[in-house]
Amino acid sequence: MNTSPYLRKTTAVNSVMLRVLIALLPAICAYAWQFGAAILVQLAISTATALFAEAAMLAARGKPARLYLTDLSAVVTAWLIALSFSPITPWWLMVTATLVAIVIAKHLYGGLGQNPFNPAMVAFCTMIVAFPALMSQWPGAGQLDFHTQLELILGGARQLDAITAATPLDALRTGLREGGADVTVPGLMAGPAFGALGGAGWEWIALGYLIGGLFLLQQRIITWHMPAAFLLALAATALLMWGMRPDRFGSPIFHLASGGTMLAAFFIVTDPVSGATTPKGKLIFAAAIGALTYVIRSFGAYPDGIAFAVLLLNICVPLIDMQTQPPVFGHKRD
Amino acid sequence: MLRKLFKFHGGVKPATHKDAATASPIVTPPLPARLKVPLHQSIGGTPRPLVKAGDKVLKGQRIGGADGNVSSAVHAPTSGTVLAVEPVVTAHASGLSTLSVIIEPDGEERWIERQPIDLRATPADEIRDYLRDQGVVGLGGAVFPSHLKLKASREKPTRTLVINGAECEPFITCDDMLMRERAAGIVSGIRVMRQILGAEEVIVGIEDNKPAAVDAMTLAVQTAGLDQVSVVAIPTRYPAGGAKQLIRVLTGIEVPHGARSTDYGVQCFNVGTAYAIHEALELDQPLISRIVTVAGNVGQPRNYEVLFGTPMNELVALAGELPGTDAYIMGGPMMGFRMPAFDVPVVKATNCVLVSSPSLFPPPPPEMNCIRCGECAKACPADLQPFELYWFSRAKNFGKAQEYHLFDCIECGCCSYVCPSHIRLVDYYRFAKSEIWARERDKDAADAARERFDFRNLRQEREKQEKAARLAAKAAETRAKLAGESGDDDKTTSSAKPSQAEEAKKALIAAALEKARQQKERAPVPPRNTDNLSADKQAEIDAIEARRAAARQEAE
Amino acid sequence: MLSALLVMTGIALVLGAALGFAAIHFKVEGDPLVEKIDSILPQTQCGQCGFPGCRPYADAIAQGEADINQCPPGGDEGVRKLADLLGREYKPLNEEHGVEKPKSVAFIDEQTCIGCTLCIQACPVDAIVGAAKQMHTIVASECTGCELCLAPCPVDCISMEPIAETVENWKWRYPVIEIKRAA
Ligand code: SF4
Ligand code: SF4
Ligand code: SF4
Repeated sequence: MNTSPYLRKTTAVNSVMLRVLIALLPAICAYAWQFGAAILVQLAISTATALFAEAAMLAARGKPARLYLTDLSAVVTAWLIALSFSPITPWWLMVTATLVAIVIAKHLYGGLGQNPFNPAMVAFCTMIVAFPALMSQWPGAGQLDFHTQLELILGGARQLDAITAATPLDALRTGLREGGADVTVPGLMAGPAFGALGGAGWEWIALGYLIGGLFLLQQRIITWHMPAAFLLALAATALLMWGMRPDRFGSPIFHLASGGTMLAAFFIVTDPVSGATTPKGKLIFAAAIGALTYVIRSFGAYPDGIAFAVLLLNICVPLIDMQTQPPVFGHKRD
Repeated sequence: MLRKLFKFHGGVKPATHKDAATASPIVTPPLPARLKVPLHQSIGGTPRPLVKAGDKVLKGQRIGGADGNVSSAVHAPTSGTVLAVEPVVTAHASGLSTLSVIIEPDGEERWIERQPIDLRATPADEIRDYLRDQGVVGLGGAVFPSHLKLKASREKPTRTLVINGAECEPFITCDDMLMRERAAGIVSGIRVMRQILGAEEVIVGIEDNKPAAVDAMTLAVQTAGLDQVSVVAIPTRYPAGGAKQLIRVLTGIEVPHGARSTDYGVQCFNVGTAYAIHEALELDQPLISRIVTVAGNVGQPRNYEVLFGTPMNELVALAGELPGTDAYIMGGPMMGFRMPAFDVPVVKATNCVLVSSPSLFPPPPPEMNCIRCGECAKACPADLQPFELYWFSRAKNFGKAQEYHLFDCIECGCCSYVCPSHIRLVDYYRFAKSEIWARERDKDAADAARERFDFRNLRQEREKQEKAARLAAKAAETRAKLAGESGDDDKTTSSAKPSQAEEAKKALIAAALEKARQQKERAPVPPRNTDNLSADKQAEIDAIEARRAAARQEAE
Repeated sequence: MLSALLVMTGIALVLGAALGFAAIHFKVEGDPLVEKIDSILPQTQCGQCGFPGCRPYADAIAQGEADINQCPPGGDEGVRKLADLLGREYKPLNEEHGVEKPKSVAFIDEQTCIGCTLCIQACPVDAIVGAAKQMHTIVASECTGCELCLAPCPVDCISMEPIAETVENWKWRYPVIEIKRAA
């Protein structure tokens, strides 16, 4: 039976997802320019794996494959994974991570729209817990040529410590921890791994994400709530600590421009499926992730805290949503 | 004059498709060969039929009397002969039939005697009763009896009367054309309503995509010299014509679901209703026709003044139905309902017959999972979280759905309109709402049954006790008598008698229950209770059995 | 050692007092469980469950003397609700007590009725009106459809008529989620 409304807007899920992918392009370009083409290889690996896993899961669950494959949600997940992993991650690790995201985090919970956790972040956390060493090897900007990168990805000998540096975030923390009292943040930041604002090269990528994020805002695919709350909360916590001990903690600018901050602000925290949905809830959700990220970055054992912060807050989503239901028409004053 | 306008949350802006039907004036179609006038055309009780097959009726004669106060009368749209009073498939999404009066017009259009009432001399209560008997209901589509709405709240004076000329649904232009052509009548109706409600000010809200209607109404208000009435152009955004949304836009007041707007000092009527009130009171013409837009898959979209009971397909034929039609939709594309047949009659709720074709309104793309994108929440004019309601309705978790204000949903369709997953959200709400209503009905019935059952048990208990008391009294009497003669030797009888009676009752009930059960077990054997009958009862039964046998033979 | 014992005793005392207070202060009058069960039962009062009415059956369920699948008018949904309420396993309706039927009301063929009042006595909810030797009729809105009046009627003039669907009680169907296999 056909019922009203008989008119529909023509936007479909795949057009939303497509625009998200487009919004990722500036950052990918910056990435390839700063760190070499390895990221493109990673994107290809994860996309292929994701599509394959999605198709297999849809077939297993008796769902129409073409309909759901063309919604492009698997591709978005794949790209987010590739972008949040090191560009020299071995291929099998990338494949495993993507499988974890699609099969476990997405389909075992019921597929598109049903997953309580952000699939990309589930993949990240699982891998960092399982392979902490491999996950913390990041090349410096322009450090490795494409050939070496490819060799690393496809599993050549890994003389790793020689060729890779830790991420700026990692470097900062370990540097502070191991260096004793005479090592200070300004001192460390003068090193080659750091650029003007954050990590060398990372600033450009962050700028790319920022441009993409503004595009999404302009397209009304995301609302301002989450990015603003996330960035503000992260900056505010950083400012607080930095204000007290500028020699022991990174500046707010450093935190905004490093690691996955910008990626998270516009593409990960804003994942609608696993995030809070009410306007107030979005603010709380994103702000909590921001603050938690800072805490894990500064005091935890892992290079970046975003993934854990996101998963922790994913758990709280039902509660946040329930507590922040906006007032309904006509019931506003009671 | 500039007035501060308010905004309502959400809303959408679909293409309006209104120009084609406003190019030509309203016309009256020729009399159809048959009029099928359903008795149930408004919210409330189904009117009782007042005519039977073979009766001659005059135009405007009452054929259905209001059943109680929450109901509204129905009138013969033309003069002619009643062919039948029988169930006919009606203009309702269910496709069910309702009792209808079928009239064959005689073509003479002879009116009943009409005598407009003197509005100044008549008390408001009588005017309201009169409106009920004139069959005036809300013509915006909700068909709520107007006399019930023309009553100020006890607590609060009605400050503002809002007249709804927004007409926000695409394709529909009947109110637009009415305002352009009959503004004077509408204003006259407004004056009456203002008087009955005692409203201080009247605001006519019209979407700013109808400048001609705004001009016509402004002019009519000026001519009538009503300076408490202002005509206001409001921004075009669906569903600005929803009563609650319009009240919000014009006055800033939000009337919650389930509350009467008069309790907030405001009341809202459609322009068509204002015109109907003018006709009913000042011309003494009951509601027998309305303006209907015919649009969609037709050659010449247009507005007609249609008698109720006119089959929709005859109307659509006049507008030049194009090939490919797959259904008629009553109402607009956002909130209308598909009609179960092409020949269903036009009723009081029919503001538009939208001729649908697969190319005009393609079937919805397959539904995908909700991605919680929040688009629906952004579009919802009732500030709801439609996807939450969807989850709960879909899981049949009706309690939760109500907690999230399911009943505040006005079924405007904005959420389904924007959903990128093409979920037909409103269908789930309609399902959940009618399911909840059904459950409430069942619950009420169960509560009533429990009460009656308890009462009956109480009554039986009382009767038993009374009987026991009577018996005891009798026994005491006998005993007293006996005591006079011999010693007190029958203590047993006095206590034994009532308990015997009780035993007998219990046995009876047990027997009845037992019988009920036995009867169920041997289903094919017809249930009987013919043991231990008195002779005359038996005789009566025999006579009946004989009658039955005879009847059966005749049948064969 | 001694202080640990003392602390434990103290805690026990405080908690005990709190519990005792709660028990007195928040005591619920009556037996809410029976009420809750009774409110799930359809109140048809037909006796098919083997008890002389819904309330006695509710009592029996509450006391664990009767199973939850004995009420045919409540149907499958009723059993499910009872199972939910009582935290028991759902089981299909016990066929011994009857099967679920569409909701009906009794109808007396007034041509045949002899006015014997037997049905009036059988009706658990006083939904039949009439006096001795006069035609009886059923108040359809009050009839629960229990069928108890069928058996006692000596002339077999009562029949059950399913409640018709009308525009007023019509319900929207559950939306079918049709995902066509895009093969
Ligand atoms: S618009 Fe559709 S997909 Fe988006 S949240 Fe609402 S129901 Fe879900
Ligand atoms: S149909 Fe109901 S839930 Fe959907 S937008 Fe309209 S009012 Fe909101
Ligand atoms: S079987 Fe009949 S009497 Fe027993 S609970 Fe069900 S409706 Fe009530």
